[in-house]
Amino acid sequence: MEAEPLIAFDRVSVTLGGLPVLTDIDLRIDAGDFVCVVGPSGCGKTTMLRLLGGLLEPTAGEVRYAGKRITEPRADIAVMFQDYGRALLPWRTVAGNVSLALEALDVPKGERPARIAAALATVGLSAKAEKYPNQLSGGMQQRLQIARCLAQEPKVLLMDEPFGALDAMTRQTLQDEVLSIVSASGATVFFVTHDLEEAVYLGNRVIGLLPHPGRVASDVAVALPRPRNQLTTREDPEFARLRRQLFDFIKDAEA
Amino acid sequence: MKRVPAVLRGLAFPVALIAIAQIAAMAVRLQSDTLASPAAVLVAGAGAFADGSILVATAQTLANAFGGLALGGIAGLIGGILLGSSIVADRLMEFSVEALRPIPSVALIPVAMLTFGFGFRMEVAIVSFAAFWPVLILTRSAVGGVDAGLLDVARVLRLGPFARTVKIILPAALPRIFVAFRLAAGIALTVAVTVEVSANPLGLGYNMMLAEQSLHPDLMLAYLLWIGIMGWALNLTINGAQRRFFGRSAQARTAP
Repeated sequence: MEAEPLIAFDRVSVTLGGLPVLTDIDLRIDAGDFVCVVGPSGCGKTTMLRLLGGLLEPTAGEVRYAGKRITEPRADIAVMFQDYGRALLPWRTVAGNVSLALEALDVPKGERPARIAAALATVGLSAKAEKYPNQLSGGMQQRLQIARCLAQEPKVLLMDEPFGALDAMTRQTLQDEVLSIVSASGATVFFVTHDLEEAVYLGNRVIGLLPHPGRVASDVAVALPRPRNQLTTREDPEFARLRRQLFDFIKDAEA
Repeated sequence: MKRVPAVLRGLAFPVALIAIAQIAAMAVRLQSDTLASPAAVLVAGAGAFADGSILVATAQTLANAFGGLALGGIAGLIGGILLGSSIVADRLMEFSVEALRPIPSVALIPVAMLTFGFGFRMEVAIVSFAAFWPVLILTRSAVGGVDAGLLDVARVLRLGPFARTVKIILPAALPRIFVAFRLAAGIALTVAVTVEVSANPLGLGYNMMLAEQSLHPDLMLAYLLWIGIMGWALNLTINGAQRRFFGRSAQARTAP
């Protein structure tokens, strides 16, 4: 019997309101993987993420983390949502939003300031600790979400199109920040995106889903050297080849 | 054209109306058991202030209104949070809420009188019944309307029911809950005066009735004017508080 991977989807199906959203998903993710998930809209990318986050239970099959079935959210799996406007508490300061994660973990009051400061420093928001989310740019609000995730010191980061609403420059900066944070913490990442280049740039594995019903249709290893670089990585012939391969995959899916 | 301050502009119509009433009263040398000139109303009102009767009555009415608002409002708040956060509770209580809510609060006057007799308790009971419903209904919808994104955050951070309510749901719903209390405060004052006019020998409403029955239209109208001023001041205070506490955040994420 093969060793249990960190995350396993085992013949997972999800039916929502009578409609099959995912069918028979089998997927193994090893510790330290940076898995990007792409696919046309409605293919169940976010549903897979919600299964991992414990926000949704499969209709059939099971999702396991370290051999244990996921039935509810876990402290060692952090989730970063796409819509920062709905994921941050507008009535709490930047520091207060990070504090929420620590309060939820029952971290003693005395330990919180240091951990909040450390998380904010990692994402470069130290100077904004007393601001409110609506005083920050979209990019900074997503940084704040990353900080809140980091504060709970997760083993796994689930990111649902986290940079989809940001402009291109901010997005590239944040991509590099996420890569360096992840390589420093050794976290496993499950990253949903609709941006094929982003998927290739970030991941060491890109999963392609197809819709109606959602299923895993392609699983590509990305053998680009790390650390990645916005210029040299994107100029690498292998990058171009993978982007082309995924582009054709999506085009066929939508045809 | 010179700009006229908004306050003066707003006062133009009522001042003109009062002036016309005064001139008309003087022109016909008003001697009436049902009407009084604005000047006579002012004199009667000043007298009621001088002997303190209007202040005692005001304190009684406000005690009843706010006592009822506090009791009914807190009960409505707790009920609204429960119904808003639990679909099961909401379905279970839906019929009871819809069956009890339409009962006009003043129809409870005989029941409350029989139970409590005259006095503060019966009036507070009726006012709290009246204030309970708007707070319950609006809190339920405010809590039910809390953004699903925020609830997802509460879930992934594994907040318990209490922490979720205190740290996420209540702050998110607070601007709309405040609107509920604002509405309920107006209702509380109205119902308190109604109970006093129709049954309870206390407060502004009762004093107004006394003035009417002893054929003092000037004093009666002075009380009416004062009740109007009370309602206006109450609304102004609450609006000011709302603007102060929720100024910018009231617009954010309060829309469903």
